[in-house]
Amino acid sequence: MKIRINNTGSWFIIIAICSLLLGLLFGAMGGLQYVFPGFLKDHLSFQKMRPLHVYLVINWIFCGAAGAMYYYIPYVSGKELFSGKLAKLHVALQLIILVIVVVGFFSGIFGGREYLEFPPFIILLIIAAWILLMINFFATVRPSFKKVPVYIWSWSTGLIFFLITITEAQLWLLPYFNNNIIRDITVQWKAMGSMVGSWNMLVYGTAMFVMEKVTGDQSINRSKKAFFFYFLGLTNLMFNWGHHTYIVPSSELIKTISYVISMTELLILANIIYSFRKTYLKINPHKHFLSFRILTYAEVWILLNLTLSITISVPAINYYTHGTHITVAHAMGTTIGINTLLLLASLVLIGEEITKDGFLFTKTFNRSFIFFNAALLVFWLCLVGMGLCKIAAQQQKNGFYEIMDKLLPYFKVFSISGILVVIGLVLILIPVLKVFLNQLFPKKDAVIVKN
Amino acid sequence: MNKLWVFAILFLTYLSYSSWVYTMGTNRASEMSVRQQYGKQLYQDYNCQSCHQLFGLGGFLGPELTTVISDKNRGELYAKVLLENGAIRMPNFHFTPAQVDAILDYLKYVDANAFTYKLNGGK
Repeated sequence: MKIRINNTGSWFIIIAICSLLLGLLFGAMGGLQYVFPGFLKDHLSFQKMRPLHVYLVINWIFCGAAGAMYYYIPYVSGKELFSGKLAKLHVALQLIILVIVVVGFFSGIFGGREYLEFPPFIILLIIAAWILLMINFFATVRPSFKKVPVYIWSWSTGLIFFLITITEAQLWLLPYFNNNIIRDITVQWKAMGSMVGSWNMLVYGTAMFVMEKVTGDQSINRSKKAFFFYFLGLTNLMFNWGHHTYIVPSSELIKTISYVISMTELLILANIIYSFRKTYLKINPHKHFLSFRILTYAEVWILLNLTLSITISVPAINYYTHGTHITVAHAMGTTIGINTLLLLASLVLIGEEITKDGFLFTKTFNRSFIFFNAALLVFWLCLVGMGLCKIAAQQQKNGFYEIMDKLLPYFKVFSISGILVVIGLVLILIPVLKVFLNQLFPKKDAVIVKN
Repeated sequence: MNKLWVFAILFLTYLSYSSWVYTMGTNRASEMSVRQQYGKQLYQDYNCQSCHQLFGLGGFLGPELTTVISDKNRGELYAKVLLENGAIRMPNFHFTPAQVDAILDYLKYVDANAFTYKLNGGK
């Protein structure tokens, strides 16, 4: 059975790809401000550039996952979407939010918190949009949780926990939280840490669905092992956020719990190494080869980032790495290396299902994909190197400006490789974007499978 | 064990843990004064977190500010000069004297509550 065309899904995918390309452009421009300190300082300072970059890249993940879900929900449920009108309203609301936030940031209107820098009233719009997606998901799928595959659990968890964590992230509006810095910072780390877990659940659910389609093996997502790793991921979503707060004077118990929970990720790491080897040796899919290939690269990124994540969760190491670019390497590696590749595998799968098979698997795409991964690896290693250099400088009690001078060679490599990452992704994403644009606004010569 | 039961137990544990974090797990700090609250709001309104960190939250383009006031090499005057004039990477936000005082007051409050930082010798 093929995945059927879904206009809402295509709209979300187009919004997602445009968000990513714009977000990366702002990221690259922000990177240049490290090398050229006065660059755009008075017109588009880092104070505006960073939230634009962060918001748009996060928007890519949420819209990309929502777009894929709009495509997959009718497929997995075998039913039409519960309400097409709610889905259209969701698209409209998402576009309105995007415009308000971006124009607001350009105009210097903030008032929010780290990662959610926009004024708090926008959260109400985000929650309203999210509830529209939740209604369509739960009313269409009507999951019977005893029987459904693990990706339904994963999507359900992501949907529910995003609602919980985005609400929790607004607790600072209450004086009880706002007027106590330790409570405020701890709850902020807690909400944001778990929010990352919630979008990971959405993306991983999507990736698990893609794996099932690629291999044709339905047992993968119904096995005890799959559910064991789902529950391990859920436990980490709920309790491992505290490894960000080792330096915050909250209770020691928070740190101990998060350390112990973070170390359970070692099991995930061991499993990846094992299954990665096995994948290479056994699986040779004929269908959706491109999605399979992207997933294989994503597995390497998971391996790299999980190793880094576990390393910086050790308190004795975290003491040195916290507040350095090693934390940024972890964040960038996860959002660009893992989430972006998993979503890309999903978009390619959908693209191949709604057009003629193999449309994307061209030499240019192949070369661009390798180029992108190589650039991202240099970028990632540069961030790790920058972090190590900063640690060494801090140990020598260097001041901030001395440290910035020492880091200048790294900043240059970081900026150049960042620009190359953008170029690589533009080359990869433009053909994918064209597929979904052709689906919504068909040209006479476009070949879209009407199923 | 039934998957729904595992989920329910984990979710209840999460709710209990969250309640504890909101109360006993984070009760060490002193309360903020009205002026410090104003300083905190300005810190958010001007998105200072984009370049500066407090307790590890924030960007890296500017210096970490958790213990800027008690830092022997920086101190209140250093922070005040930056707030009034900007710097090579920092725009001049043209803060009024009352706004500068409020932000400084907020940074003093943060510094006074950075127990763990001082215990570890800061960075």
